[in-house]
Amino acid sequence: MGNEEAVFFSRVLTELTLSFHIIYATIGVGVPLMIMIAQWVGIKKQDEHYILLARRWTRGFVITVAVGVVTGTAIGLQLSLLWPNFMELAGNVIALPLFMETFAFFFEAIFLGIYIYTWDRFKNQKRHLLLLIPVALGASFSAIFITIVNAFMNAPQGFDLVNGQLVNVSPIVAMFNPAMPTKVAHVLVTAYMTSAFVLAAIGAYRLLKGSSHTYHKKALFLTMKLGFIFSIATAIIGDFSGKYLAEYQPEKLAAAEWHFETGEGAPLILYGVLANDEVKYAIKIPYALSFLAHSSLYSSVIGLDQFAEEDIPPLYIHYLFDVMVTIGMWMIGLSAVYLAGAWLRWGFITAKWFRWLIVLGGPLSIIAIEAGWWLAEVGRQPWILRGIMRTSEAATTSGQVDLMLLLFAGLYLILGIGSMLVLWRMFRNNPVEQELEDRRAEKAGDIKWTLK
Amino acid sequence: MDLEIIGITVLGVFLFGYIIVASIDFGAGFFNAYSTLTGKQHILTKVIQRYLSPVWEVTNVFLVFFFVGIVGFFPKTAYYYGSTLLVPASIAIILLAIRGAYYAFTIYGGLEHRRYTILYGLTGLFIPASLSIVLVISEGGFVRLERSGPVLDYWTLFTSPLSWSIVVLSLTSVLYISAVFLTWYSRKAKDWGAVKLLRKYALGWALPAIITAAGIIVEMRTHNPEHYSRLVDLWWMFALSVLLFAGTVYLLWKGIAYGIAFVLMTGQFALAFLAYGISHYPYLMYPYLTIYDSFTNEAMATALVIAFIAGLGLLLPSLYLLLRLFLFNKEYVQGNRDDHV
Repeated sequence: MGNEEAVFFSRVLTELTLSFHIIYATIGVGVPLMIMIAQWVGIKKQDEHYILLARRWTRGFVITVAVGVVTGTAIGLQLSLLWPNFMELAGNVIALPLFMETFAFFFEAIFLGIYIYTWDRFKNQKRHLLLLIPVALGASFSAIFITIVNAFMNAPQGFDLVNGQLVNVSPIVAMFNPAMPTKVAHVLVTAYMTSAFVLAAIGAYRLLKGSSHTYHKKALFLTMKLGFIFSIATAIIGDFSGKYLAEYQPEKLAAAEWHFETGEGAPLILYGVLANDEVKYAIKIPYALSFLAHSSLYSSVIGLDQFAEEDIPPLYIHYLFDVMVTIGMWMIGLSAVYLAGAWLRWGFITAKWFRWLIVLGGPLSIIAIEAGWWLAEVGRQPWILRGIMRTSEAATTSGQVDLMLLLFAGLYLILGIGSMLVLWRMFRNNPVEQELEDRRAEKAGDIKWTLK
Repeated sequence: MDLEIIGITVLGVFLFGYIIVASIDFGAGFFNAYSTLTGKQHILTKVIQRYLSPVWEVTNVFLVFFFVGIVGFFPKTAYYYGSTLLVPASIAIILLAIRGAYYAFTIYGGLEHRRYTILYGLTGLFIPASLSIVLVISEGGFVRLERSGPVLDYWTLFTSPLSWSIVVLSLTSVLYISAVFLTWYSRKAKDWGAVKLLRKYALGWALPAIITAAGIIVEMRTHNPEHYSRLVDLWWMFALSVLLFAGTVYLLWKGIAYGIAFVLMTGQFALAFLAYGISHYPYLMYPYLTIYDSFTNEAMATALVIAFIAGLGLLLPSLYLLLRLFLFNKEYVQGNRDDHV
C-alpha cells in the first residue's frame, strides 16, 4: 500500500513535465517548417519581408528550442527514473525508435547550430535555405519516433509474453503497430497547425498594437493560410483516429464519448455533464458515433458495458475531447472566414474584434494540444502498456518523488516565465520597422565595402 | 564478438564523447564566470562564447544518447539505476536546465547579468559532481536490495572516501580538459592574452588531475578489491596514459604544438577510460548487474547496432561540417565573422 503515494506523485510529475514540454516540442516541430516556407517564399518572390520573417521567427525559435532541449532531457530521464519497471519491460521491445529519436534530434541540433550562425555567410540564399531542411526533417522525425513509442503503449505488439518472459521480439513490428499511423499523422499536423496559429496570433497582435506595416499583414496572411490547410488535415486525421480507436481501443473511445451501452446507430454526445451516471445538457448527434467509428450510420459501437470496472479509463476525458474538438473546429472556421474575407474583400476581417479572435487562436491552439495529450494519456489508464502492464505496477518505489515534484514545478515556472519575458523583450526592443532600416543600411554598407 | 560487448562499446563511445565535450563546455563556463570575478573577463569571454554557442546542444545530445542507449541495450539498468538515481539525476537535470536557460535567455535572448554568468559557471562544477555519483554507485556497496526494490544508501554514499575522490576527480579533470582545449582554441583565434591565461590554468590543473586519478585506484583497493586487482592487471594501459599526460604537460610547458597537446590529452583520458571500462567488465553495478544478465534480446540488439551504424553515417559528415564551420574556420574563430541570426 505504501507505494500508492509514489505512483501518484510519479504520475503528477510526468504529467507536469509532459504538459510543459509539449508546448516547446510542438513549436519545435512546427515552426521550422513555417520558417522554411517563409524563407522559400522570400527567395522566390525576392521579397525582403518574407526573408526577415524567417529570420525573426528563427530568433524566437532558438529560445524555444533551448528550453525544449532542457525539458526533453528531463522527460527522457524521468521515464527511467519514475517508471523503472515500465522501461525495463518496454526497453526490450520499443527501444529502437527511442534510440533513433536521439539521432534525429542530434541531426537537427547540428544543423540548427549551423543555420543560425550562418545567416549572411552565403551569397546564394538558397544554399542557406538548404541548411534548414535537415532541421525541419530532424524535428519532424523526432516527433515521429517519439510518437511511435507512445503508439506502442496504446497498442503493444511485436512480442509474445510467455510465463512473464518476453520472447519473439520484433522491434520493427513493434514500431509499426496499429496505433502508429493515425497517432503520428495527428501529432505532426497538429504541430504544424498550432505553430501556424501561434505565429498568426503574433502577427495579429502587432497589427492591433499600432503597427500597420505590410510585413505583419503578409505574415498574418501566410500563417492563416497554412493554419487553415493543416487544421483541415487535422480534422480528416481525427476521423481516422476515431476509426482506429473503435477497432483497437474501444474502451478509450467509449469513455471519451460517454457511450455506455453497446449498440447500433450510436449517437455522438457533445458537451454535457455527467451527474449520477446520467448525461445531462448534452448535444446528441444521431448516428454520428457509428459513422465516426465505422463509416456507417448503422454499425454497432462497443460500449463501456463490455469492460470490467477496473479496465475503464476515467470518464472526465470526455470534457478533454470536447475542448480539443471544439477548438479544432473553431480554428477551421476562423481561418476559413479570414481567407474568404481576404479573397472577397470583407471589411470585418481587419476589424479590431476579428484580429483579437486571431490573437486568441494562438493560446487556444496550445490548449487544444494539451487537452489532446491529456485525453490520449488519461484515456489509456489504467494501463501504461495497454493490456500488459498497469500504471500502478510501473512506478518507482522511491520515497522522494514528492520532493522532486516541487523542485521541477519550480524549474518549469522559472523556465516558462523566463522564456516569455525574453521573447517579449527581444521583439519589443527591435521592432520590424527598425530592423528593416538596419538591414538596408547594412546592405548599403556591404555594397560600399565591396566597391572598395 | 558478443553483441553485449558491441553494445557496451557503443555506449562507451558516447560516454567518452560526452566526458570530453561536456568537460570542455563545463570548464569553459566556469573559467568564464571566474574571470568575471577576477576582472579578467575581457580576456576570456569572447573566445569562450564563440566556441560554446553553436555546439552546446550537440554536447547535450551525447548525454541523451548515453542514457537512451543504455536502457535500449541493457533494459535492466532502468530498474537498478532508475530506482536509485531519482534524486541525484533529478538534481543533474535541474542543473543542466540552468545551463540551457543561460543559453536561451542570455546568449540568444540578450538578458545579461553577472549573477547568471556566475550561476552558469557554478553548474559546470556541480553537474560533473552529481553525474559522477553514477560511477560511484556502480562500484557496489551503496545500493541495498529491499523487497520493494533497490534503494540507495545515502549515508554510506556521503561518508565514503571513494565517492568524494570520484567527485573531486571529476572536477579536476573537467578543468584540466577544458583548459587544454581552450588554450589550443584561443591559439587558433590568435587571442594571445587568452592563450597565456588558459595555458597557466592548464598547467595548474594538470597535477591535481593526475593525483586525484591515482587516488581513485588507491581508494578502490579497500572499497572493491575485485575491481582493484583487475585495474592493477591493466597497469600498462595506465602507464601509457601517464606517458601521454607527461607529453601534454611538456608541450604546454614549452608553449608549442597546443593542438598535439590536446590530442595527447584526449588519448590519455581515452586510455584511462578504456582501462577502467575493461576492468569494470562484466559488471554494470557490482554485484547485482552484469552486461550479460541485463542484456536485451538479440533482435533488439541487432536493430540498435544497425541503427547506430546508419546514424553515424548521417552524423559524422554533419559533425565534420559543424566543426569545419566553427572550430576550424579561421574567419569565425578569430571573430571576423558574426552571422548570427
